[in-house]
Amino acid sequence: MTTDVQMMSKAHDRGEEALAQEHLMHDPRSQEEMNGMVMEAMQDMGVKYYALVAFLAVMTGVLLFGAWGLLIFKGYGLAGMNRPVYWGLFITNFVFWIGISHAGTFVSAILRVFKAEYRRPFTRAAEMLTTFGLMTAGIFPILHLGRSWRFYWMIPYPNQRMLWPNFRAPIMWDMIAITTYLLCSTMYLYLPLIPDLAMTRDHSTGWKRTIYKYLALGWRGTERQWAHLQRAINIFAFAIIPVMFSVHTIVAWDFAATRMVGWHTTIFGPFFVIGAILSGVSAVAMVLIIVRATMKNMKYFIRPEHFDAIGKLILIVSMGWAYFFYNEFFLEWYGGEATGHVVLDFLMSSPIWWIMIICNMGIPFMTLWSKKVRRTPWMLFTVTALINVGMYFERVVIINWIPFRNRMPFDWGDYMPSPIEISITLGALCLFALLYVVMSRLIPLIPVWEVKEGQTSHSVRKVGKASISSVAELE
Amino acid sequence: MDEKSNKTGEDKWGMVVDLDLCNGCGACVTACGIENNLPTVGEDESAYGRGMHWIRIQRYWEGEYPHIRARYYPVMCQQCGAAPCEPVCPVYATYHSEPEAINIQVYNRCVGTRFCAQNCPYVARVFNWFDYTQAEPMNNFFNPDVTRRTRGIMEKCTFCLQRIRRAQEDAEQGGYELADGDVQTACSQACPTRAIIFGNLADPESRVARLSESARAYRMLEDLGTKPKVFYLKGSETGLRGLTS
Repeated sequence: MTTDVQMMSKAHDRGEEALAQEHLMHDPRSQEEMNGMVMEAMQDMGVKYYALVAFLAVMTGVLLFGAWGLLIFKGYGLAGMNRPVYWGLFITNFVFWIGISHAGTFVSAILRVFKAEYRRPFTRAAEMLTTFGLMTAGIFPILHLGRSWRFYWMIPYPNQRMLWPNFRAPIMWDMIAITTYLLCSTMYLYLPLIPDLAMTRDHSTGWKRTIYKYLALGWRGTERQWAHLQRAINIFAFAIIPVMFSVHTIVAWDFAATRMVGWHTTIFGPFFVIGAILSGVSAVAMVLIIVRATMKNMKYFIRPEHFDAIGKLILIVSMGWAYFFYNEFFLEWYGGEATGHVVLDFLMSSPIWWIMIICNMGIPFMTLWSKKVRRTPWMLFTVTALINVGMYFERVVIINWIPFRNRMPFDWGDYMPSPIEISITLGALCLFALLYVVMSRLIPLIPVWEVKEGQTSHSVRKVGKASISSVAELE
Repeated sequence: MDEKSNKTGEDKWGMVVDLDLCNGCGACVTACGIENNLPTVGEDESAYGRGMHWIRIQRYWEGEYPHIRARYYPVMCQQCGAAPCEPVCPVYATYHSEPEAINIQVYNRCVGTRFCAQNCPYVARVFNWFDYTQAEPMNNFFNPDVTRRTRGIMEKCTFCLQRIRRAQEDAEQGGYELADGDVQTACSQACPTRAIIFGNLADPESRVARLSESARAYRMLEDLGTKPKVFYLKGSETGLRGLTS
């Protein structure tokens, strides 16, 4: 860690060498060398890798799908839900994974639109988080149904029941929003991948070459193809941002559209969006730290400068979360409505409320101002992991704890997740990890062409004795 | 009382519960269970909030010992005119029956999102967490007019719709008009103090219509704008006891 700090202070001296050490964009390597590095990381599949994949696959099968099967054959009473807490950890997991999926788009599209140069090496790692986070999240609305084998009754298609689904129902909005987001984010992941898939094609042989040949859509890298690609990526980067905001707002409306005390509040849309970004960007940091530590050649591409930038972003988003948090709960308290007070008193008597506040506000506020914490991988990993714990508990507080109290004291209740719900929660994590680990060896995790493009556009200029980083406008 | 003034010549079924008469005996709860084939789930499950009761008697203690008294509120589905449960169902399993002004639950359509239950301010809905079986000899007491429900679906008070239908069909066959009192729900029939009264709110001469105009009448959580069809009478605090009815 000391080396990182020294490196950073050197960069402040504006020496050309120090700039290269600090910034990937000022440390150019040849296209062929970078291609080789990424391919090496991709093809690095030892015994350990296969053991990990097998372990994750078994855990997903047992913990997630096994437990789901048990729920189907025995009944949803095996979960801890009851009256009045009808939605258990399943919906909590759903909201959590939707939140995680926000990071990819936020980091990738917004930083792309604002031309933040440090985004270049890790946009794809973030976009994969979106796609697989959504896939994991998408299981839960189905899994949570009392008759999950009848989920297709919610899909609008001409059917023998002569019944169209109810488009006034927030669940229908959810389905449409999530499907849209999954399609858009998959396309948005795929577009910048095309040149890299072509690169993979050129570096592989046999049947793999055939598969990548089709996936690369005949990419040859002509001027015309580049122009089309840049245009398409630009359109998607702008268009996907409102989609991203709408998805989590609609997820929030699942709660805000009800008449439940504590749920029926207008701030829930933006509050959920900022929470999603907080947990999502933290998840990007966690994934990048794991990727950097476990995959070959990643220390060249992912550097402390990136952790530094993401750490600052998390600090800002955490402040945003605090702003919405006070808007939501402080004003509920100040308003003095009796049932609202009952709910708040109950929440504040629960330890997870305080864990949520400490993890989402206390820990980032106290640590992320420090460059040392931001630039040291294990420290940043600890902080971001705790933020995600805090964000998970935020969802538990909102979805599981608020319904404990309602307008009629006789019907107050309690809820404890059953082992089967915890098993499914862990199983979902295994599923996400499995998808990510498998995919990390199937597609190049680093967008080489974007890195190269950035390196080409960056140069160092001398102003007096100082070396100044300069970026040429390409797009 | 806007839904009463909106007369279409059809029946608007409603209920009046006289809290000054209710002594919390629980006969309505039992009668409802027998009439509607409600399963018994056992002590532990029931204590965990999984009792399958379409009507329950809320008991509140008022005052401090020794000047303490129990208050009983029989609460069932309030058959809201603007029901929160209805718009949130993605498959139209719960919807509003216009002719009867009752909230219908179609068991076969239900996929079990439990959104309706989560949105019900009266916590009136119960979910089939398991496939429940009745122990001997209760398995011989099923009401043939009421469907048994499978696991994974939602259910709730129907205002004994099967009884309403039967009375209507009898009247049609016999060629007479339904009179006040021809339809009784199980809970109203079983109530020993006649605290629960069922009838047609659209008929201004019916007992429910007259009692719902009483100075003692209020509707539960009325400020939510759900327009319930169940009226509660409570006058003990205001000295209005026995003023009407």
